[in-house]
Amino acid sequence: MSERPRPTPSQTVGPFFGFALPFTGDVDAVRPDGTGTLRIEGQVLDGAGEPVPDSLVEVWHASQFARCRTDVEGAFHFNLAKPAALRLLDGRVRAPHMNVTVFARGLLRHLETFLYFPDESEANSTDPVLELLDPNLRATLIARPDGQVLRFDIRLQGESETAFFAL
Amino acid sequence: MSPAEVVDFEPPYLFPEYRSTVLRAPHRPLVRLPEEWFHRGPGPAFGRIPVSPDDADLTRQHKGEPLGERIILAGRVVDEDGAPVRDTLVEVWQANAAGRYADPADDHLAPLDPNFTGAGRCRTDSDGRYRFVTIKPGAYPWQNHENAWRPAHVHFSLFGPQLSGRLVTQMYFPGDPLMRLDPILNSIPDARGRQLLVASFDIASTTPGWALAYRWDIVIRGRRATPLER
Ligand SMILES: [Fe+2]
Repeated sequence: MSERPRPTPSQTVGPFFGFALPFTGDVDAVRPDGTGTLRIEGQVLDGAGEPVPDSLVEVWHASQFARCRTDVEGAFHFNLAKPAALRLLDGRVRAPHMNVTVFARGLLRHLETFLYFPDESEANSTDPVLELLDPNLRATLIARPDGQVLRFDIRLQGESETAFFAL
Repeated sequence: MSPAEVVDFEPPYLFPEYRSTVLRAPHRPLVRLPEEWFHRGPGPAFGRIPVSPDDADLTRQHKGEPLGERIILAGRVVDEDGAPVRDTLVEVWQANAAGRYADPADDHLAPLDPNFTGAGRCRTDSDGRYRFVTIKPGAYPWQNHENAWRPAHVHFSLFGPQLSGRLVTQMYFPGDPLMRLDPILNSIPDARGRQLLVASFDIASTTPGWALAYRWDIVIRGRRATPLER
């Protein structure tokens, strides 16, 4: 058996990516018809509950991609359109969700999680990813309504740590 | 191949010698998902990130030429089958020759270079190749421990064809004595893994009288894309 190439290992994004990676309009995910925009707001928090001010959050689903560098409050925001449900090849249906990727100084590898929508309780209740999780972990993935916006905090560590996934 | 064999060159989340991991590394193990659900789905639609041909030459982004040792930094991006990863976005960022980033957050007392920003982008060609012209970055001090210095490095971000191939990492220069002392590089437990992050000097790719050259090839996690989601 010939040796397959090994994947290049990950390293932290470091603290100084802010001048390089953001681009104009990068917090607005694309939507071909421009309708149905939702604003997502959240904070990245560390194990002491302190804001993570040097993190990069990306959201992606289908044709929508956006990224945001957190500010001094650890806060990020996105404008995106609620995605449709997704049928897996085995016939199971995933509830509408966004893929969320988190990078930060101090994260030697990035983290992957999912953002689900609070007004989809029926679809969420049969989502195969959410079904794998204990209820308290499941709750970390569902955004909550907060006035006109949806709130989605990312807790890297601790009691209410967000569920993160190996893809 | 078992997943354990695939990940064993990766650093852990918690590596206390790199202090910032202590409060940021998740305590719970990652939740494993069935491979067929995700590994082969298409990756992020990064096409909105603007790329112009000039973005690959970091020495021509300002009126004058930056100070430092001019280098050509090139290589090939392949997947775990060795197949080229074509037309994928490669982003780089780095300190200037004095070890200072053009980022407002960097307070290192080394000079900024008005002719150098240190950010570049390109797309791989049909053979998975990328190529940047830049200057060799300087080492810089940081606050991790007494007299801590980062070895010279260039940060890389790649998307790859699938979400599981997303890669952010750092490339180092051969022979740098600071590598042995660097907790970020040494968070990778296996010396062979650390070696994968070190470029090689490439005399054949130099431009005589003008620029030295380094070659660094990148392997993106994942195999040939076969979309399983619809
Ligand atoms: Fe750096």
